[in-house]
Amino acid sequence: MSVLALNDADLIRVDGVSVRAGGTLLIDQVDLAIRRGEILTVVGPNGGGKTTLVKAILGLLPLAAGQVIRRADLRVGYVPQRFGPDPVLPLTVGRFLALTAMADRERCTNVLARVGVKARTDHQLATLSGGELRRVLLARALLRDPDLLVLDEPVAGVDVAGQPELYDIIAALAHERNLGVLMVSHDMHLVMAASTRVLCLNRHVCCAGLPNAVTRHPEYIALFGSAWTEGLAVYSHHHDHRHDADGNVVSENHPKDERAAAPFSDHRHG
Amino acid sequence: MDDFLLRALAGGAGAALVAGPLGCFVVWRRLAYFGETMAHAGLLGIALSFALDTDVGLGVVAAALVAGAVIVVLERLPGFASDTLLGILANTALALGVIVVSLFETTRIDVASFLFGDVFAVSVRDLYWVGGGGALCLGILVAQWRSMLVMTIDSDMAAVEGVAVSRLRPLLVFLIAVLIAIAMKIVGLLMIVSLLIIPAAAARRLATSPEAMAIAAALLGVVAVASGMGGAIAWDLPGGPAIVVAAGAIFAGAALLGPLVRDLMQRCGGA
Repeated sequence: MSVLALNDADLIRVDGVSVRAGGTLLIDQVDLAIRRGEILTVVGPNGGGKTTLVKAILGLLPLAAGQVIRRADLRVGYVPQRFGPDPVLPLTVGRFLALTAMADRERCTNVLARVGVKARTDHQLATLSGGELRRVLLARALLRDPDLLVLDEPVAGVDVAGQPELYDIIAALAHERNLGVLMVSHDMHLVMAASTRVLCLNRHVCCAGLPNAVTRHPEYIALFGSAWTEGLAVYSHHHDHRHDADGNVVSENHPKDERAAAPFSDHRHG
Repeated sequence: MDDFLLRALAGGAGAALVAGPLGCFVVWRRLAYFGETMAHAGLLGIALSFALDTDVGLGVVAAALVAGAVIVVLERLPGFASDTLLGILANTALALGVIVVSLFETTRIDVASFLFGDVFAVSVRDLYWVGGGGALCLGILVAQWRSMLVMTIDSDMAAVEGVAVSRLRPLLVFLIAVLIAIAMKIVGLLMIVSLLIIPAAAARRLATSPEAMAIAAALLGVVAVASGMGGAIAWDLPGGPAIVVAAGAIFAGAALLGPLVRDLMQRCGGA
């Protein structure tokens, strides 16, 4: 009966989902929905529950509350945040790709080329660089012909020059194949350009909406500071706050920074 | 060849053929200490089967499974590394096993033959275990190969792709338990892990695919059994330890010459 509740256009919908570990609430009553052709990016501070949310959506973690409603026969391609099979397992790129689907060599090569991997399919997985491995993982997710791509930090370990390129590829793929994409990232500017919608998560959903709207939202600014709102081209860091040894923002007499200094305090919604 | 030699060779080779591919998963998933703990608990199972007058193999499988379950529960204890917990359990189980066995009349149970193996005393009944249990294990491994491989590469990714990860983990524990029952007569409960990990580790030096590693591990295991038994007969050595030493020598050879052999095989394959 929960399937009936899914809107026609939605691939997946998350209703009031909370996840607990021990006594700690990792994410609290998160709502979201993803449609075809749309890239929803989850941003937020470390420990804000981004990966927890992804795992809850994928059914890898038990829910303390709420529900995740998937379209029937939803096919998901998943790129985990941490991936590094033990080198004691001999595995070529080609074999790794072939394990996911009955993909022939030509299709594997095509998809690898699409995501920009120059490594040959007979290279051992363990010898790839971090960036190559992320691209191979994306290729593998694509070979499943997914309706929904779930990418946890898809550009982690990719060199700086390659990052915008990879986001462009993801955006182009979402458009070409009419995929829904749920992406997790902690780097702001590049993600903003690639996303159709952004959700800022700090245990609860701080704010969600179009990238431009989210970056102007007070809670977002409180979490990331005003520098992030001005875009990559004019990255000028206004020193209106100081950082302590841990990189936390130290509050001065600025109302904005008081909130930033305690990113895990309960937010009051006005 | 004498009957007892044929039985020993058949039992040893059969155990090695199963231990090779299963051992690959033990090596890939870092279950060496896990398997060792299960094997050490097997002695308790032997005592139990004598007490209940049931088949020794069944007792060993049951005890190993219980040990596996206890490990899974213990690993939820926060603050201890798993090798600490496994060390505690392996030694406690072994000590308990020796104590319980000592409560029986000493003539009934030959502890040494179970701990160190007694390959030249492999009976027809033992061969039933090797044949039946071995076929079961290999059948399950072949049928579940792709799923278990994907789970080994990344269990979250496997779960998202529809692999029943929560069923495969206990299945792997079950396979190890059956192998312990199969192989205890060959190399003994204390050295069973060597039959799992040494041929698999040696095979890693020769293989570039998971399947090649599994097949190479099975074959190298058979070579270790045969050469170990040969050495034991020639120099009148204890069988189980001779097999383990032979396996160790094969690993040393593969570690030193692995890349060379791999090149050679590739050249021959290409020609």
